[in-house]
Amino acid sequence: MNKSSFDPRLAISVMSARFTGTAIRLVGKGGGTAAPGLVAERLDPGLLTKLGTQLEHGALVVAGTNGKTTTSRMIADILQANSWKVVHNRSGSNLVRGVVAAFVDQTSNGGHIRGDVGVVEADEAALPELIKRIQPRVILLNNLFRDQLDRYGELDTIAKSWAKVLQTLPAETTVIVNADDQTLVALSDDIRARRICIGLNSAEHQLESLPHAADAAVCRVCGADLGYRALYLSHLGEWYCTGCGRERPPLDFAASDIHLHGDQHTDMTITDTTGSHQVQVGVPGLYNAYNALAAAAVASVMGVAWDVISPTLAAFQSAFGRIERIAYQDKQITMALVKNPTGFNEVLRMLTAETGALAHPTMICINDLDADGRDVSWLWDVDFELLAQGDGHLYTTGIRGADMANRLKYAGVPVERIHPLTSELADAFDAFIADVPAGASAYILPSYTAMLKLRKSLADRGVVQEFWEQ
Amino acid sequence: MTDLRLVIGWLYGSKMNIYGDRGNVVALQQRARWRGIDAEVREIGMGEAIPDDIDIFFWGGGQDQEQVAVAKDIAGAKGDAIKAAVENGAALLSICGGYQLLGHGYQPHDGEMLPGIGVFDAMSVAGPTRFIGNVSIESPTFGSLVGFENHSGLTTLQGETTPLGKVLHGHGNNGTDGTEGAIYMNAIGCYLHGALLPKNPHLTDWLLAAGLHHRYGQEINLEGLDDTLEYQAHENALTRT
Repeated sequence: MNKSSFDPRLAISVMSARFTGTAIRLVGKGGGTAAPGLVAERLDPGLLTKLGTQLEHGALVVAGTNGKTTTSRMIADILQANSWKVVHNRSGSNLVRGVVAAFVDQTSNGGHIRGDVGVVEADEAALPELIKRIQPRVILLNNLFRDQLDRYGELDTIAKSWAKVLQTLPAETTVIVNADDQTLVALSDDIRARRICIGLNSAEHQLESLPHAADAAVCRVCGADLGYRALYLSHLGEWYCTGCGRERPPLDFAASDIHLHGDQHTDMTITDTTGSHQVQVGVPGLYNAYNALAAAAVASVMGVAWDVISPTLAAFQSAFGRIERIAYQDKQITMALVKNPTGFNEVLRMLTAETGALAHPTMICINDLDADGRDVSWLWDVDFELLAQGDGHLYTTGIRGADMANRLKYAGVPVERIHPLTSELADAFDAFIADVPAGASAYILPSYTAMLKLRKSLADRGVVQEFWEQ
Repeated sequence: MTDLRLVIGWLYGSKMNIYGDRGNVVALQQRARWRGIDAEVREIGMGEAIPDDIDIFFWGGGQDQEQVAVAKDIAGAKGDAIKAAVENGAALLSICGGYQLLGHGYQPHDGEMLPGIGVFDAMSVAGPTRFIGNVSIESPTFGSLVGFENHSGLTTLQGETTPLGKVLHGHGNNGTDGTEGAIYMNAIGCYLHGALLPKNPHLTDWLLAAGLHHRYGQEINLEGLDDTLEYQAHENALTRT
């Protein structure tokens, strides 16, 4: 589409959508991040495609069970540091209507988008539709873990829908895959688009065996058992098939010499065809090393120089609620979102990294609303056995706080260290904080809707910003 | 009697373990341990024979890809060994995919029928919709049981196999006849994920007692435990619809 042309249908839907968003925010019903998209969609179903083609540097799409919000925020920060104007569904509203709303929000009433590159975080189920509409230049596939299966059906269903859309991509598209995930490699093995492989070479961070939460222990192609030369996180690692001989392909971008500094930050080296690059990452945990590697690979493929990439990753601050540090009264609270077994395992790994045990009082908040997954059985795939040792006390709350408390008991945590609190989050927060000694640190680990509710309560107390203001 | 022990056989633990089903093995093992009973867990994987000293079998659910491979593996001697153990009084809990393959068979949407081993007089076929949500049932043997179902297979019981209970909330075996699960001798099959046993400790203890009876040939009283957290989780789950 020509930038100067005027499309009345596009303009009307943009204006209507913007009005809806403003109205929602004015009446105080929240951020209004998805409803405007519904309105715009109905008025002009071709809107996303029209706006996408206006972007001078094209658009990129980020998908995967874990890390997509953090990774797309890292990418957006890097592109912005590269002096590009970024259009991004930054709040993490990642279904088609959320993406439409975010694009509309950054478009003039005349229908001209105010940006030159698009960063789109895509929900797993929405990825095929978003790719069709946006026709991105680069697609990043981070990982596929067992998530909220009651929402998506089984992992196979998502994998099949991704495989189908990847087959339709033209040769000009670049697909960046985390090659440590055998499923993503199998899905992209014979596509026309260019494939770039990323992964870890990190002897110092190996797991001894597959965690219970891990999904795919069998070869996606022949069904034989998978072996690992090195296993890093859930089922991610340097894999090979014991049957057909498939193995992790050579890496175009590899992260090595990874040094995790507790719950603070991470140092690592990224090697590509041009050489080795020292990178510091402003967020902790091995999972964020994966996110940073992915973000760096995307930016590099988009043509951004390493002297822009590295400082941006070092300065990176996490997305709301993912990892957030909050000072409350005289207490230091670290809040980390937990939304599925793999993510939860990695958070526990990070919190116990220094001493091998949980050092601070910790409150776990588990809800079972749609966005959390209505099935709380995923808690049984998290290795809470890590918490059995040590003397950090554990508090539970949320709609399914009782399930959480029971889970801890069966993980071998002595009942004297388990404190079930009221399911009402704000009251539970007060009771928890009262138990944290003056000047001490504490952890809060909420599921998704528990995190939103807790943040709202903290925002009402003036402690954190409301997320659509970030 | 001192130094009691039990052997738990976990069928296809690495291939069929979905929706937290491993929590059932954890519950059996912990509740035995808390009473000073040594409970050894043995995983029985693909190509591995059924040991002849299993007191309690557990078989969880799996994704489609895994279920096809497992159905092939269980046919023949392996299935016969499980059937013989159940006839001999061994306890068994199976959920979802495991439950289906313990009947006469499972007919998927596409592809050939997966034959089962016929412990339960039951037949399962893939249905048009997926039943997803919290379930509560009333069982004549166990009283209230709570779990979470997530299946498209429809199971119908026949002959000597009786339902585990009556559905109070949710869909159960097939969404039409109001039944959920199956029970035959000391073998139970059902669609209750959750995990099931940790928040239904009365069912866990029944399986442990049956397992001990199988090993020692006599009734052995289980020491009572403090189940406050377990029943808080049970009651809490009953409020979720």
